[in-house]
Amino acid sequence: MTTLQINGKSMNVDAPADTPMLWVLRDHLGLTGTKFGCGMALCGACTVHLDGEPVRSCQTPLSAAAGKKITTIEGVGATRVGKSVQNAWLAIGVPQCGYCQAGQIMSAAALLQKTPKPSDTEIDGAMSGNLCRCGTYTRIRSAIKAAAGMKGEA
Amino acid sequence: MDLRTLITAPQAGTSRRTFLKTAPLAGLVLGVGLPRFGFGADEPQKYGGDGMPHGLQDSPKIFVAIAPDGTVSVVVNRSEMGQGVRTSLPRIVADELEADYKRVRVVQAPGDEAKYGNQDTDGSRSTRHWFDPMRRCGAAARQMLEQAAANQWKVPLDQVEARNHEVVDKKSGRKLGYGALAVAAAKLEVPPRASLKLKNPSTFRYIGKDDPTLTDGPVIVNGKSQYGIDTRLPGMLYAVVARPPVLGGKVKSFDAAAAMKVAGVVKVFAIEGTPPPSEFQPVGGVVVVAKDTWAAIQGRNALKIDWDDGPHGSYDSASFRAELEAAVKKPGGKVVRNDGDAYAALAGAAKKLEADYYVPHYAHATMECPAATARIVGGACEIWAPSQSPQAARERVAKRLNLPPEKVTVNVTLLGGGFGRKSKADFVVEAALASKEMGGTPVKLTWTREDDLHNDYFHTVSAQHLEAGLDASGKVVAWLHRSAEPTILSIFAPDPKTLAPFELGLGLTGMPYQIPNVRIENPEAAAHTRIGWLRSVNNIQHAFAAQSFIAEIALAQGKDHRDYLLELLGPDRSIDPRKISEPWNHGESPERYPISTGRLRKVIERVTQEANWGRKLPKGQGLGLAAHYSFVTYMAAVIEVAVTPTGEITIPRVDVAVDCGPMVNPDRVRSQIEGACVMGLSQAVVSEITFKNGRAEQDNFHQFEIVRMNAAPKRIVVHFVPSDSYDMPLGGVGEPGVPVVAPALMNAIHAATGRRIRRLPLRDQLSAPV
Repeated sequence: MTTLQINGKSMNVDAPADTPMLWVLRDHLGLTGTKFGCGMALCGACTVHLDGEPVRSCQTPLSAAAGKKITTIEGVGATRVGKSVQNAWLAIGVPQCGYCQAGQIMSAAALLQKTPKPSDTEIDGAMSGNLCRCGTYTRIRSAIKAAAGMKGEA
Repeated sequence: MDLRTLITAPQAGTSRRTFLKTAPLAGLVLGVGLPRFGFGADEPQKYGGDGMPHGLQDSPKIFVAIAPDGTVSVVVNRSEMGQGVRTSLPRIVADELEADYKRVRVVQAPGDEAKYGNQDTDGSRSTRHWFDPMRRCGAAARQMLEQAAANQWKVPLDQVEARNHEVVDKKSGRKLGYGALAVAAAKLEVPPRASLKLKNPSTFRYIGKDDPTLTDGPVIVNGKSQYGIDTRLPGMLYAVVARPPVLGGKVKSFDAAAAMKVAGVVKVFAIEGTPPPSEFQPVGGVVVVAKDTWAAIQGRNALKIDWDDGPHGSYDSASFRAELEAAVKKPGGKVVRNDGDAYAALAGAAKKLEADYYVPHYAHATMECPAATARIVGGACEIWAPSQSPQAARERVAKRLNLPPEKVTVNVTLLGGGFGRKSKADFVVEAALASKEMGGTPVKLTWTREDDLHNDYFHTVSAQHLEAGLDASGKVVAWLHRSAEPTILSIFAPDPKTLAPFELGLGLTGMPYQIPNVRIENPEAAAHTRIGWLRSVNNIQHAFAAQSFIAEIALAQGKDHRDYLLELLGPDRSIDPRKISEPWNHGESPERYPISTGRLRKVIERVTQEANWGRKLPKGQGLGLAAHYSFVTYMAAVIEVAVTPTGEITIPRVDVAVDCGPMVNPDRVRSQIEGACVMGLSQAVVSEITFKNGRAEQDNFHQFEIVRMNAAPKRIVVHFVPSDSYDMPLGGVGEPGVPVVAPALMNAIHAATGRRIRRLPLRDQLSAPV
């Protein structure tokens, strides 16, 4: 039994230590907001925060998450930055199918936490690991700038 | 696109009746709901939504419910896959209903076409076909509420009026809310269609208004949204399948001993596949059921399977490319359009140009891989699936489980992308078969990305050869277009080798330019993998070739591409598509939806004006133009590209002009075109599926690449060429943004570098030596 700190709550999981956090969250804990997209850290759909750092949960074994603070899309709205990112996403109408957006929001929130006013290059650097097959990239860029209070530069 | 609509159009030179009688797929068609297409020769051709299986419905008794607190529920019969249908359709109903949209909730219909009308969410048809019925539905509900109020107050009907969720007595000013009137209104007959009073569009509150608010926006950003892959049921098990990697392949033998030793694995068993043409049925394989998805994947990794590849085990896409390219070099093939005498005109031309183009297989690669959950309780199967065609899924599951369709319920979840992939029910049937094997226990069956890329219904592969003959003044007098491409029909019928009318109608035969001698030929091509429709379908290759070639012709004469394109288009005219060998016409009436060269001209003029066409750019930068008509919508794009000396490209800006007729939700039209632009760039620049030994060679996103944020255009600006009125028919929106992208980009790259790219994807062609 492994104890995890997820979105401020303590949760117990009975799974092998090498089980990727993605499947721990989705199948064991019912936190299905974190998405499966590739299983190889190529698409970013499964991005969560581990002690504030964005990580791909499909490549993060349960053993590596134990003892760390885990934030998922279900909990990121409790932070000021996370909430502002979610609001910007809604105001700009970023999502199309929406499937990748949990991962996009987690990457964006982590970026803005560290870099409150990111440049285009910094946005590219933080976001290019997150694929969107619907092609919402221009709106994601605009929404990150809006969340950062950089309206008009989008 | 779907099988059923392709049958509604006659094949060139063949009556619909003959086609149904002789085509080997007729039996399969019956399984997909033939009733609308009677065999009687006298039955008038039905168009649009009326021509779709199970047609249209517009009764508020089907789509609208009002609770005592006034909450209005609107049933959406189409699947949400990012096009915004769960926002757009309810806004139409709410507007005509005079409902306050803040008090509207959206209910998703399960697959039941007899009740809800056609539910195939594809072909860029949802808003196009359902705008009128949803208006009538809302108007009927509004009039029933007004009648209920008039009855209660015992006043004449014309004394009352519905206004913003209330009915008002215009004389006394008294009001009754929709909630208070709902029970009485529901008891009334639905007013006949002729008595419906549709709103004057000038009074629309929601239709046509630019608003980014999405029905599912809040749950998408907070992680509470439910896609097909997110279903959870008590006691649910998890499954993955090892499928034959080659079309028509089979499991010869398998050894599950090691897989069963993986912690969490519960059961391993084989499922029978349907041999080609397998249509929407599974291809078979070995199922691993486990206590979580990870254990199921680990169990599958431990399987030992001996495959029997069958005759397609030698499919090699590199040699197939050579085969197709050789086929289109030779005159011949099925003649699918023949105006005048193109061969004679070519022979007599003052100047002749020719070019060959190649477009590879692509995968849909929806971000949500196919996934479905099924359980069987008391002889009834219930399914949760991200299906574009839940009725088709219901019928396929019923057939495979040997249940009557009414014993199968397909609940439609959100779709994490569709693009045509999730029209096919194979993954849904697999989940049902897995649950059956597990005694009805709920089973969620998930495809991994490798599964998705290996066993997709791929976009077809094509080689095209074009020739143009010019007279002494540089005018095109002859146009020859020869295209070889495996047909989508190959998943429905044994070994067809030429394109169906609906594939020809996707940008090939309907070429609208004013050229006196036109010949279009379709040499044979066999399919060696499952071929399916992918967003904009055959338009991708047809527009790429034709729009690149016109630019080549213009530049070969030192003429401006835009000016030459407009000249080739000729004077504004309304073309009956049947007269240019395009009888399919997207299933729409040729009278209501003629091809308008004036509308195409306007989008070309608008986009070039907005992009400041003709401006001088520094060396290594260029503008490229392309225009295309598809899904009864007119589209033109200008792409600005910058190419580094080492051949790396960036795209500072894309302008797109669209005339799609009246719009319900302009922000979603814009977002669809932005997204189509990015998808088109992926196809143009990086994406490709190749085959070796019958197997798709790409396993995941490191090999099947799609455009990422850093390669996406910095700006995409969408310009609407507004329609005159809501009396004009609507065009499609989801797909027509794709085809213009690849040719506009390659025309831009030519402008920037002088290099002409005729083979997709671009990849490293610019850094390779000339």
